[in-house]
Amino acid sequence: MLNVGERTAQPGLIRGPVNLAYAFVERQTNLWKRYWAWELVWLVYGVVNTLAITFIAKEAEQAGITTDASNLVLFLLLGTLVWAYLSAVLDDISLVITWERWEGTIEHTLMAPVSRAVHLIGMSIFGVLHAIVRTALIFAIAVPFFSVDLGQANWFAAAVVIIVGSVSVAGLGILTGVLPLLYPERGTQMSFMIQAVVLLISGVYYSVDVLPPWLRVFSYVSPATYLLDGIRGAIIDGDGVQDLLGPLGILVLFGIVLVPGSIAVFAVAERWARKTGQLKRQG
Amino acid sequence: MTTPAIETRHVNKYFGGGFDYRRLLPIGKPFDRLRATGARKRPAHVLRDISFGAQRGEIYGVLGANGSGKSTLVRILSTLLLPDSGEARIFGHDVVRESSEVRSLINRVSADPSFFRNMSAVENLLFFGRVYGLSPAEIKRRLPGILARLGFEWERAQEPMSHLSRGQQQKMAVARSFLTSPVLMLLDEPTTGLDPRSKRDVQAFVRQVRAEHDSTILLTTHDMEEAELLCDRIAFIAGGRIVAEGTPFELRERVARGRPVEEITMETVFMELTGKRIEEDEDVKEEVLAAL
Repeated sequence: MLNVGERTAQPGLIRGPVNLAYAFVERQTNLWKRYWAWELVWLVYGVVNTLAITFIAKEAEQAGITTDASNLVLFLLLGTLVWAYLSAVLDDISLVITWERWEGTIEHTLMAPVSRAVHLIGMSIFGVLHAIVRTALIFAIAVPFFSVDLGQANWFAAAVVIIVGSVSVAGLGILTGVLPLLYPERGTQMSFMIQAVVLLISGVYYSVDVLPPWLRVFSYVSPATYLLDGIRGAIIDGDGVQDLLGPLGILVLFGIVLVPGSIAVFAVAERWARKTGQLKRQG
Repeated sequence: MTTPAIETRHVNKYFGGGFDYRRLLPIGKPFDRLRATGARKRPAHVLRDISFGAQRGEIYGVLGANGSGKSTLVRILSTLLLPDSGEARIFGHDVVRESSEVRSLINRVSADPSFFRNMSAVENLLFFGRVYGLSPAEIKRRLPGILARLGFEWERAQEPMSHLSRGQQQKMAVARSFLTSPVLMLLDEPTTGLDPRSKRDVQAFVRQVRAEHDSTILLTTHDMEEAELLCDRIAFIAGGRIVAEGTPFELRERVARGRPVEEITMETVFMELTGKRIEEDEDVKEEVLAAL
């Protein structure tokens, strides 16, 4: 039997999870640069969406529906920004297989000697960094349109919520990324449908209290609900980390369950795809 | 005794014919027709009892028509597909149970170059080199030499893959595979669709690599001339079954029956040993697609 160590002892090899995960971050960054026109489209869409929804608060004030528009403006502004962030993270991670099918590289990527956990973590790191950059740009462009008071905001607590929440959202993204592996023709559409449901149940543009009781039940199992709660607490109410231990604790629990759980589900789905020959099929 | 580079024993693979809800329909007039439609979906048997071995340093050819099972065999050896029965080993490592070890020993070139189209050739190779554990510095050190030997201009390596011709893309695919210095190279119809010049460049590179390095190569092709030019031993595959195996000379000798061996073409050998022309397995491919 050929000793794998003999093979891997050749010069120039730096096998380590960080280097291997970085390969995916670097590749996605190169793709992002090459598809810059699409990035511009999503940025413009994100800005327009943020403005269009936040102007509803202004309309509510003019129509006499609310007397305190500034609170509603901030509520909707944060909702749209957090959703821009979450959807970017979910898109990037859930398209882990779809990207490879689009480009026709799925076989070469999946036969590389990289553990699937490292592969998915690399894609998740890029997804989070990409989403932070895009959301920061949308924020910088959209905020001057509204006279919002951010003086009370606790930015440190907001950053902690984003970091902790991103882990569980990454787990959700990996879980939805399984669908294109199982269903080459329809899996991507199914992933987008799950994203749409997350938007509905997580209280992005309204409090989850307004949902019918049967639908509200689902909001408890969406990590986005707690991420939004935490961000709004930190920015609107100026809550510190100690005030946000409730949503932060739940997000940590989600992360502990979702990340290893989704990687395990992905591994089972990949084995099924290898059994049935789905890896070679182009979507 | 040395461990064979490739060893397969009684490998079988089926496609399609999975669970069909129509088979659960009750027996009775309204459902009979629907149930019968479900029952018609039989699995396609694409690899039948495949057993062969290739030794370290050998170029082993698998020759067969489109749809004969060559690519399915390569996918099993490259851990992308699981066999339904039998076992396959690469340098003693089981492709199912020890897939991580196998992956670090192999690389593959397929008929489709498979690159990120809008990324440059260098960016693509940086990624594919990195996932095999190579540092960017090492990739940049190895790459110019490999590209020069393939007759590829370095300046063009900075351009997006979509700007390159089919032949240039395929040369990059060959470069990607040899960049990682695999001990087993799986070449799955690497010259299909190439112009004669590119084909010669790739073939010359394969011969050169074999002469200079301790690599084993499995080459699948339906090009008789290429198989004879490059391979130490050849297996003929037809209908998912290996029907003959040997050196090009032994295969010719087997059908000579008194004729001078050197006058017998490999095409004649293939037809006499398989009972088919090289184009005839296309119907099997259709059957597989229907079963999926």
